[in-house]
Amino acid sequence: MLELYEGPVPVEEILVRWYKEEASSNYGAYIPFIGTIREEDEISGLSFDIYEPILESWFNAWQEKAKVAGAVLKMAHSKGDVPLHTSSYVAAVFSPKRKVALKMINDFVEDFKASAPIWKYDLKDGKRLYARDRSTPISGSGLLGE
Amino acid sequence: MVRVEFLGPIQKEALELEAATLHDVAAALQNDAEVKDWLESCAVAVNDTLVKSLDTVLKSGDKVSLLPPVCGG
Repeated sequence: MLELYEGPVPVEEILVRWYKEEASSNYGAYIPFIGTIREEDEISGLSFDIYEPILESWFNAWQEKAKVAGAVLKMAHSKGDVPLHTSSYVAAVFSPKRKVALKMINDFVEDFKASAPIWKYDLKDGKRLYARDRSTPISGSGLLGE
Repeated sequence: MVRVEFLGPIQKEALELEAATLHDVAAALQNDAEVKDWLESCAVAVNDTLVKSLDTVLKSGDKVSLLPPVCGG
């Protein structure tokens, strides 16, 4: 399940709803990761662009991987502006046992950072500035520069 | 004609090009001052699937997307 929101993600509602959705699914572990906007470098918040078709296919491939491990993945992310001290990202793994879920949430979030087609901007002094220094080229980048 | 789209922070309108493979798209974009500097760091998708070869064959109506470095979360 992939959910996109304009502005901050409603963390409390999501965590409770996901918990209820899987309450009778016999999973022993529910491990969420929540990403919250920190105050640093005088930003007033972050902003995001998302390319949805490729985000969906990337997420579907991860869902298949989770299924093979007997787990379920859920994810919610913001589009547009997200103020300080609110959250832009929630991901969670449900699995029968904690070890699978702990490893999967780590691998999933790492790959999310490296591969999900989402672009981050700092909101600062009324401007929206691409966070190029903190961004990672997707695997296989540079093809057209050869 | 193929349509070339520039995603995220690349501030550029989509282009329509004649191209038989991605080699032709690369050649056209390497001569485009606005986008040239992005090429080294961009991934490429054809019809929303990431591709890794310039030999990828294109047909009329295909969509080529350039994806600059990402940072979700």
